Amino acid sequence: MVKTIGEINEKIKEGKAVVVTAEEIIGIVKQKGIKKAAQEVDVVTTGTFGPMCSSGAYFNIGHSKPRIKLGGGRTYLNDVPAYTGLAAVDIFIGSNALPDDDPRNRVHPGEFNYGGGHVIEELVAGRDVRLVATAYGTDCYPRRRLETWVNIEDLNQAVLFNIRNAYQNYDVAVNLSDRTIYTYMGILKPDLGNASFCSAGQLSPLLNDPYYKTIGIGTRIFLGGGTGFVTWQGTQHNPDVPRTEGGVPKSGAGALSVIGDLKQMSPKWLVGTSMLGYGCTITVGIGIPIPILSEEILKYTTVTDADIFTPVVDFSEAYPQMKSDILGEVSYAQLKSGKIIIQGKEVPTASLSSYLRAVEIATTLKEWILSGKFLLTESVASLPGVESAITFKSLKERPIEE
Amino acid sequence: MAISKRIVLRFPRRLVERAIVSRLVKDYNLDFNILKASVTPDEEGLMVLELSGKQGDYDKGIRYLTKTGVRIQSLSQDVIRNEERCTHCGACVTICPTGAFELEPLTRRVNFYDEKCLACGLCIKACPPRAMELHF
Repeated sequence: MVKTIGEINEKIKEGKAVVVTAEEIIGIVKQKGIKKAAQEVDVVTTGTFGPMCSSGAYFNIGHSKPRIKLGGGRTYLNDVPAYTGLAAVDIFIGSNALPDDDPRNRVHPGEFNYGGGHVIEELVAGRDVRLVATAYGTDCYPRRRLETWVNIEDLNQAVLFNIRNAYQNYDVAVNLSDRTIYTYMGILKPDLGNASFCSAGQLSPLLNDPYYKTIGIGTRIFLGGGTGFVTWQGTQHNPDVPRTEGGVPKSGAGALSVIGDLKQMSPKWLVGTSMLGYGCTITVGIGIPIPILSEEILKYTTVTDADIFTPVVDFSEAYPQMKSDILGEVSYAQLKSGKIIIQGKEVPTASLSSYLRAVEIATTLKEWILSGKFLLTESVASLPGVESAITFKSLKERPIEE
Repeated sequence: MAISKRIVLRFPRRLVERAIVSRLVKDYNLDFNILKASVTPDEEGLMVLELSGKQGDYDKGIRYLTKTGVRIQSLSQDVIRNEERCTHCGACVTICPTGAFELEPLTRRVNFYDEKCLACGLCIKACPPRAMELHF
């Protein structure tokens, strides 16, 4: 049994495609077996909704009269600095950007109530955002100062462009020290007081296509409530890590870079996020359809939380000091039971990624496909796989001597 | 009119060793039930009380407490969840000391039981989308 994406798209257009979520497929295959399910099911939808820091958006704001060259100057959106190292009226804002006068961690832990992720959320929500820019002035772009409200509707382009999203698996964070620590994995209480994880597990896109057999460059996806595309491997993409027999990476591995028109997205799926003592970020909703082209591809989508393992890492010492020691491995089924055992101690678990919302994304994508408004794309190039010999290097410092 | 209210009292260090709450009974005819207390000598004290009595007596009792320098915060409906902002991630679950957040095992929806909430406020800054709000 081998299907093509073209054939599946024909069935979608005729309203005859069978689409199920990555949660539903588990029960279907248990009941019908791989062979029969692979004949019947055309698409499995996945979803994830968690904080994804390497996210941002770029805008073309249109030319003012007289003209101003933002490039090389300074530009702020609601006091949050945007990147201006581009052409005259193109700017980029990253989800972690903070207002210059934010106290950060001067009084620890800093609150980080408003940053780049919040600006993106407000723009997507259709709210006016204050743009303040200073420039150095040139003969062709004489203006030196600009203060104006901008609205997403009036921008020429507003594009979400995330250079690393949808990480394939993620470490569990704990704290072995005797004081509370404030991390990007949330508040970690002393002496193994809690454990924090962040993955949709059995619903997560890259855990359902562990060898990137269908997800590649050009794959059309659900992004922030609209549609987007996979543009590239995510930064830190590192496919060659230890894997289970079923191919599931046992730690962070692949990642995606994604892009999409911000104008059709929704603030429900792009939520400005604050990590106490750490910084600002944005919670992003991503859903990816997996075309069931073969029994092998279907088999990967039947992965369950019990099949996915992840290392437990001490964020008080091992993580900040770049030590590779781990405190053990646990499955997502264990994590979702509410407690795990580490060093003989029962540790309560909590998630930063919303499984409830991941299910909603997978279900929404399923409905889009069933209604015929979302067609699958053939990827134009594959993501680097295990054979690519990519290694994830740490920084080799070379001191600069004056 | 008889009323019953839950309040949080914060005692500055200098007041910790004075008998204050007992005067609410003696001088203001109020009844109290201690829901939570953490009072250590030479440190700030915190007490969560359910105070009941007549409205007039209650108001006078509160005025007395304020005059002594006790900081008072009402507990009824203090911390509320902005349902629109909550993403049901569950980061609050292990932060709340009273277990007021619980996950539905199958759907992983996070439920907030405000009758279990002591309004300590720990969840407010721990919530990544800032969905928990303190209302007075």
